[in-house]
Amino acid sequence: MQGSLDLLVLKVLSRQPKLHGYAIMTAIKRTSGDVLNAEVGSLYPALHRMEETGLIRAEWAAKDTGRRTRIYQLTAAGKRQLAAEVTRWHAVSSAINRVLQEA
Amino acid sequence: MSLWSRITYVFRGDRLNHEIDEEFAAHIEEAIAAGDDPAEVRRTFGSQLRLREQSRDAHIVAWLDCLRADVVFGWRLLLKRKITTAAAVLSLALAIGACTSAFRLIDALFLRPLPVAHADRIYVLAIRIPDFNGAPLTFDTFAYPDFARMRAAAQGQAELIAASLASRTDLTYATDNEMEKGYVQYVSGWMFSSFGLQPALGRLLSANDDRTPGVSPYAVISYNYWTRRFGNDPGVLGRSVHIGSGIFQIIGVGPKSFTGTEPGIVTDIFLPAMMHPAVARDDNSWLRTLAVVNPGVPIEPLRANLDAVNLHFETERAKGWAGMSQHNIDMFLQMKLLIQPAASGVSRLQDDYRRALIWLGVLVVLVLLIACANVANLMTAQAASRTREMALRVSIGAGRSRLVQLVLVENAMLALFSAALGALFAWWAAPFVVSRINPPDNPAHLVLPADWRVLVFGLLLTLAVTLLFGLAPALRASSIQPVTALKGGEEPRSRHRSMYALIAAQVAFCFVVLFFAGLFVNTFRHLKSQPLGFEPHDLLLLETVAPHGQPPESWSQMADTLRAVPGVKDVAIAGSPLLSLNNWSGNIGVPGIPRNDQWGYFLSISPNWLGTVKMRLIEGRDFNPTDSFPGQAIVNQAFIKTFFNGADPLGRTFEKINPSGSHQLCQVIGVVPDAAYSSLHVPILPVAYVPVRQMDSKGVLNPAGSGVFLLRTSGNNPLSLAPTLRRLVAKTNPAFRVSNVQTQQELVDNQTIRERLLALLAMFFATVALLLAAIGLYGVLSYSVLQREREIGIRIAIGARIGSIARLVTAQIFVSVCIGAAAGIALGMASVRYVQTLLFGVRGTDPSMLIAPAVVLLAAALLAALPAVLRAARINPSIMLRAE
Repeated sequence: MQGSLDLLVLKVLSRQPKLHGYAIMTAIKRTSGDVLNAEVGSLYPALHRMEETGLIRAEWAAKDTGRRTRIYQLTAAGKRQLAAEVTRWHAVSSAINRVLQEA
Repeated sequence: MSLWSRITYVFRGDRLNHEIDEEFAAHIEEAIAAGDDPAEVRRTFGSQLRLREQSRDAHIVAWLDCLRADVVFGWRLLLKRKITTAAAVLSLALAIGACTSAFRLIDALFLRPLPVAHADRIYVLAIRIPDFNGAPLTFDTFAYPDFARMRAAAQGQAELIAASLASRTDLTYATDNEMEKGYVQYVSGWMFSSFGLQPALGRLLSANDDRTPGVSPYAVISYNYWTRRFGNDPGVLGRSVHIGSGIFQIIGVGPKSFTGTEPGIVTDIFLPAMMHPAVARDDNSWLRTLAVVNPGVPIEPLRANLDAVNLHFETERAKGWAGMSQHNIDMFLQMKLLIQPAASGVSRLQDDYRRALIWLGVLVVLVLLIACANVANLMTAQAASRTREMALRVSIGAGRSRLVQLVLVENAMLALFSAALGALFAWWAAPFVVSRINPPDNPAHLVLPADWRVLVFGLLLTLAVTLLFGLAPALRASSIQPVTALKGGEEPRSRHRSMYALIAAQVAFCFVVLFFAGLFVNTFRHLKSQPLGFEPHDLLLLETVAPHGQPPESWSQMADTLRAVPGVKDVAIAGSPLLSLNNWSGNIGVPGIPRNDQWGYFLSISPNWLGTVKMRLIEGRDFNPTDSFPGQAIVNQAFIKTFFNGADPLGRTFEKINPSGSHQLCQVIGVVPDAAYSSLHVPILPVAYVPVRQMDSKGVLNPAGSGVFLLRTSGNNPLSLAPTLRRLVAKTNPAFRVSNVQTQQELVDNQTIRERLLALLAMFFATVALLLAAIGLYGVLSYSVLQREREIGIRIAIGARIGSIARLVTAQIFVSVCIGAAAGIALGMASVRYVQTLLFGVRGTDPSMLIAPAVVLLAAALLAALPAVLRAARINPSIMLRAE
């Protein structure tokens, strides 16, 4: 659903800050019980877009292999956005549920 | 991330790409370490390049990135086509530079507000007499008593300020024998406070310094003069300066930016109006009236109020004019007071150069348009060679607007380079033109700052130029049809049509420039070859003053002393030099002939003046030392025609009738040919020459306070005698003082300065315009031959002759040139009546004025067409067709 990837990423990061892209991907997969699968092709553009709009912050971290990796965490704006998104999600999903129960 | 970082990433694109790639690589490594299948992981990334582009767009300002790419690409293209680029940049630079120079001049003279408070509320008063001897007459000087009444009447609505015309005056800080020149302006004491000016040193004049005639001998010098003359020495305060018969004490230095109220002249010394020698006289109009109108006061009622006051004053005054005909008085009293905005000050230079500068501006804009048309054609020809590239861009998904941007960026770069070069040109050219205004020993001082006004103009001009020459090619490039273009299909005919239309426009503009240049050059030639009636070469003029007056005998003794100097062949005395713009006039009455309203003009001369200036005596005799005025006179032929109805005047008498009603009787003893009097621009005036020996109404000799010694010299450079002569005069009789030394030739040349400047600049622009038009013609023809090589080859192969090939190649362009020339003639004829006031002895409707530019244009067109025709004729069909 539109915008749900952003919501998932924000939620994952709020639970556990300083994750890199692969970790975010696996976290979404794991916590959803393998139901939700974030595609690489949507995850990275979403991450970079949210970084640009200031919802998350990125920094470089050194790994044991000598490579650098980019890790992300929420900003204050990101936390506010998450709260708003969660409220909106609940409103929308309960509305959808009501429509489904009518039938 | 901030906007700034997004902007900086535009210029560090490689680093951004690298970082994105690094992140992806880390991801893959991570996934493999977690046990995923390496091939499968790589597959999930899909097209890594596309992903990178997406992320990249999130990180940078996309349009800026496109712009950067366009600039880099445009720069490469410009470098690749060095010759075309150089030609385009040079022609545009010349045109932009000329436009900017013209703007700087016009801005400095007419637009830039005076550096004072409330410049927008400053007005100037003027008088217009609707029908004065058949033509309206406007003047802007007033007598002080008139000014004082008007000021009192305007109290509470506007503050009126008197300001004399800044005049170049003899002055000295030491003895009378060390005179120097300075611009002196008498101003109302309250001018400085009304303008909100603060002194740089000491104090400024105040209303207290300007209450009673003759009691406040104080002077304020301008900052500019303080720097030039005194090197910013603060010790200047308290020094005294002798001006005329007065001694003034310097009490302060004006603010740095204020150079007086007359653009074109930097005032050196400000004196209180109350110290002017003619401050109490109601018959001497010497001051301009500036008005600082209070906020919210309507102008028209104020004008009507002042008009009534002024008319009342003049009506009172006219009652004393017994000598003036009632008709002339009635004419005079039809005067109407005008009030005109004067935020940028008022000066004679404005009046003299208003039209000249406007027309120079027009010429410059025409040259700019020609240059733009040229570059547009170059660009169109080049766009043709890029059809495939453009088609390719469209096919792989470039939007129309991206293509327009691509071409426009390239053109803007071209325009910017041209503007930079043009700015250099303008930086040099504007002061150069100013230095050519006024005689060389007294150049105009026009403040020409290169500030934001000029910068904004330059930028707007560059933008306009870019759109002018670049928009059409850009739009055309974007409207390309990739299917036809990539198939190598024929390009649309419309491209050629627009090129030929531009050629026609160029020819039309070029014709107008040539036509005007011809008019200005001929005007200058006519003025220059105007018969003077005397011989100005080798004639040296010593303008001399005797502050306390000297009898005629002392003047002629001095002349004898000067005659003995080696290198001096002949010496004479006159009241003023010829062509020095001095007028001495009066009504003329001849017994037995009804009076007319024409003025007669007078010049006082000594015996042998005729011989010294080499003016021929037609009949009668020269003056002898005992002749006097009133008494004897020598008249010119125009005088005889005007006042004696052409009859032989020898032995007859006439009267000079003065406004006060007094008469001075003269007997005509000689007749001379018509000669120039005060100006070369007016028709020959009726002139009576009278002896320098002048007597008042009681028959007592008048001691003369000023005059000019005319020396006929034998050397090549009469001015080299000047120092010797100055010393000799001072030594021989300390009562005399040489105030100015110049040659008669300089005075003659001064008459034609504006015309020479106009002719010079118009010729320059005409040459540039012709050159540009010829280059444009050549370019379009060569291009069209290049495009039609195959066709021409086939035609030659099947037996076409050179004549028909030449016709084929040039027919279309010939039609364009003819249409352009016709349009040019129409334009020229339509606009010529607006320049007529700048012309002399030339009629714009004269066929020869139209034929000459047409012939020159045609010759240039033929010359420009020749290489293309030769090239077409030399096409070898076998090689050409085999190549295809």
